[in-house]
Amino acid sequence: MLCKLSLKNIKKSVKDYAIYFFTLILGVAIFYVFNALDSQTVMMNVSSSTQDIIELMMTMLSSVSVFVSFILGFLIIYASRFLMKRRDKEFGVYLTLGMSKRKISFILFFETLLIGILSLIVGLAVGVLLSQVMSLVVANMFEANLTQFAFVFSTSACIKTILYFGIMYLIVMIFNTVSVSKCKLIDLLNGAKTSEKVKLKNPYLCILIFIISSIVLGKAYHRVTAEFLTLQEVTDILKPIAMGILSTFFIFWSLSGLILRFVQSIKKYYYKGLNSFTLRQFSSKINTTVFSTTIICLMLFITICLLSFCLTMKNSMNANIKKLAPVDAMFTVPMNGEKDYPYYKNYGYNDSQIKNLHYTAKEVFELFDFDITSYFKEYIEVNTYATSELTLNHTLGSRLESIRTQFPFLAYDTREPIMKISDYNKVARLYGNQEYSLNRDEYIIVADFKSMVKVRNVALENKEEISLFGHTLKPKYGTCQDGFLEMSSQHINTGIILVADEIIDEEYLYQNHLIGNYQITDREEITNLENRINELDHTAKAKEYLLPSGSTKLAIKETTVGLSAMVTFIGLYLGVIFLISCTAILGLKELSESSDNKERFCVLRKIGADEKLIHKALFRQIAISFALPLILAFIHSIFGIMFAVKILEVFGTDELLPSIIATAIILVFIYGGYFFITYYCSKNIIKER
Amino acid sequence: MENILKVEKLEKYYGSRSSLTKAIDNISFEVEKGEFVCLMGASGSGKTTLLNCIGAIDKVTSGHIFVGGLDITKLKGNELNKFRREELGFIFQDFNLLDTLTAYENIALSLSIQNRSVTEMEARIKKVSEELDIKDVLNKYPYQMSGGQKQRVASARAIVTDPKLVLADEPTGALDSKSAKMLLEKFHYLDELGATILMVTHDAFTASYARRVIFIKDGKIFKEIHKGDCSRKEFFDKIIDVVTLLGGDLNDAL
Repeated sequence: MLCKLSLKNIKKSVKDYAIYFFTLILGVAIFYVFNALDSQTVMMNVSSSTQDIIELMMTMLSSVSVFVSFILGFLIIYASRFLMKRRDKEFGVYLTLGMSKRKISFILFFETLLIGILSLIVGLAVGVLLSQVMSLVVANMFEANLTQFAFVFSTSACIKTILYFGIMYLIVMIFNTVSVSKCKLIDLLNGAKTSEKVKLKNPYLCILIFIISSIVLGKAYHRVTAEFLTLQEVTDILKPIAMGILSTFFIFWSLSGLILRFVQSIKKYYYKGLNSFTLRQFSSKINTTVFSTTIICLMLFITICLLSFCLTMKNSMNANIKKLAPVDAMFTVPMNGEKDYPYYKNYGYNDSQIKNLHYTAKEVFELFDFDITSYFKEYIEVNTYATSELTLNHTLGSRLESIRTQFPFLAYDTREPIMKISDYNKVARLYGNQEYSLNRDEYIIVADFKSMVKVRNVALENKEEISLFGHTLKPKYGTCQDGFLEMSSQHINTGIILVADEIIDEEYLYQNHLIGNYQITDREEITNLENRINELDHTAKAKEYLLPSGSTKLAIKETTVGLSAMVTFIGLYLGVIFLISCTAILGLKELSESSDNKERFCVLRKIGADEKLIHKALFRQIAISFALPLILAFIHSIFGIMFAVKILEVFGTDELLPSIIATAIILVFIYGGYFFITYYCSKNIIKER
Repeated sequence: MENILKVEKLEKYYGSRSSLTKAIDNISFEVEKGEFVCLMGASGSGKTTLLNCIGAIDKVTSGHIFVGGLDITKLKGNELNKFRREELGFIFQDFNLLDTLTAYENIALSLSIQNRSVTEMEARIKKVSEELDIKDVLNKYPYQMSGGQKQRVASARAIVTDPKLVLADEPTGALDSKSAKMLLEKFHYLDELGATILMVTHDAFTASYARRVIFIKDGKIFKEIHKGDCSRKEFFDKIIDVVTLLGGDLNDAL
């Protein structure tokens, strides 16, 4: 009998709370898809280093999953408590009929169990289907060719999903039982009748609080954007975040009081059609929902920033490789072994290795009996120099003190890398970069790390002179020039000083670089070659000589691809979960609102409002509730993304627009979708029966 | 005198062929402009069904209802809404005020869905609130008002649009006797001002304020009495006489 009751209850509520079931199914499906990602890569033809990255990604994703399950757990508990509250009257009737609280708990238990099993089955089915699509995305991302299409099913992900959601449902059951045992019959029966009293807030207080919170919010925005460079430690960001959260809350609090007052003063608009009804409806509710609106707004903000941040990072990283890793390989070896003996000793090199740190990279390979140059189609050898005579302290010259107060944590005592202009031009020619020329008494700084470029430009604009090996040099340009020596996936060149060849003192030789393109082009063959080079490190010779450290295009590419895949997946995972959680809460609130308003819409019908007018009023009411948190979240996001752009500086942010568009599409799709589902369900609820 | 309402051979059946309930069984009557008519009957007699049919809330099985010459049984969809909105005013037993709106806004709502201008709205609400003595509560919410005040606000909402016909379904049903008396006196006053009111009740005291009482029993008109020149007290006694004759539930209601 009790089971039958539960079944009937579910059947009845499925129609009204379709959005809740929909969200549960979506949650399960997404959870499965992201936890099953590795099973798709198993059959792909990927290198071992990519495999390592995938493993790392899965570890990250499974720790993110724990966080995700907390969010979903919160959503499920919130939603089920919320739905239960709506059934107070029903439970009241059961209790007056003499049913024990234990039996009511059982009804709830059975309902949760049924919903849980149902959502898990449907969700997993959807998830398995979705993950087939996902395998194409994964293959595309890791640039692996999908040799054949195979239906993949991850048992471990399936078990994990069932386990995590099982725990969530169990907690819901405990919560339900506790709240049933606590409730009082009189409250259950009268719960529906106590209508909320409409309290109007003091408008002057509202205006005051609105202005204050706007100022505080503006300050927080300013702090994370304009004053970005003064944020030195992670904890520095906490204060603007707290300011942002508090001001968001108080803006909604004051707006709830102000919007009605404001529109009321425009009588022509207020007393037109059902506008007065819609606005009253909205403001009677916002008084009590300021808190949830704030949470939804902040979650939307996080979603927008997260998605655009991750997608930008991914796009930029992929775009950077072409430009920043233009040749196949670069081998670097230090040349100043004896001079910097303590440093290298400290580093863990043995004495003979250090003693031999004066051979060029090519020579070292020859000592290893490995004719590296025979593999190259073209190659160059260049040197860099360094001296304690020229550190950042010296380069910044008279600007040092003012910069030091602004950026106290820069490494001012590091020796600046110096290059002969002819050497640099050799590199630039090979890389396809801009070549430079200069006079004997001039120097140029090439750099592409934006924050550092800014610092250096201060000194360059001031025409700071430097002295090097007994010469005094003045800057040729008032700004840093674009360029780099070391290949990487990011813009990380903090500055290389280019000077005329003839003033260089060979005593201060610092590093030797061997840079070139292979003759072979096949990916597999290159992998083999690079593996053979790496194996040299395990030969006996390696005890005597230090193997030049290689930085190859392939390795950079693989790490970048892996990293960008990781970032994308984590961003999408978290972003979508955040988005569906907060929209589901919003949708549920609106739906229950609509069933509360059923009577009111009935009254409107009785006094002659036609369906079109009523639907318009309903549409507006839901639209306002969905739009309000979104608008503020948008404003937050503008500054959030500006902040992210500054963090992303090393990656370059040319790819910002496409990722913002992608984010907007995801947002419109999910948020807009939920909005329309909510509207149609609400329309169904208020329909005349 | 002009006919505002003409009900012609109205029938309303419920249920299926096998178990047919004739809620309204061939009723015909007319209401003239400015009349205050009361439909009286026991619960289940069909009086509320009749009112719902006239108010175009319920559909008739056969027969015609003319309001101001327009056959409302032929209206559909938005025409019905328009008719309800512009020609009728409703007063319900449970007030049906919107609890989120103030009294003023509740009254204004019925004007604003007719797209009346704000200036006209203000003038009309001022007038009607004076007539019904609710000026003091205009800025209050329903939960801050007494039942009588609520019903007077609801009445104001019904008549503010100048409807051809005001339909009142047990307007005193949820009121205490003092508030009921006050409301009925207001109805009487409105009637003298020229409003046409059709009221449904099972209470003889309430009915005694009307100028004509139509008794309904089992879906048929049982008897019709006019107040004529007699006082309210005498009219009340006359009603009681008919009620006694009617027997049944109505006796219990007294």
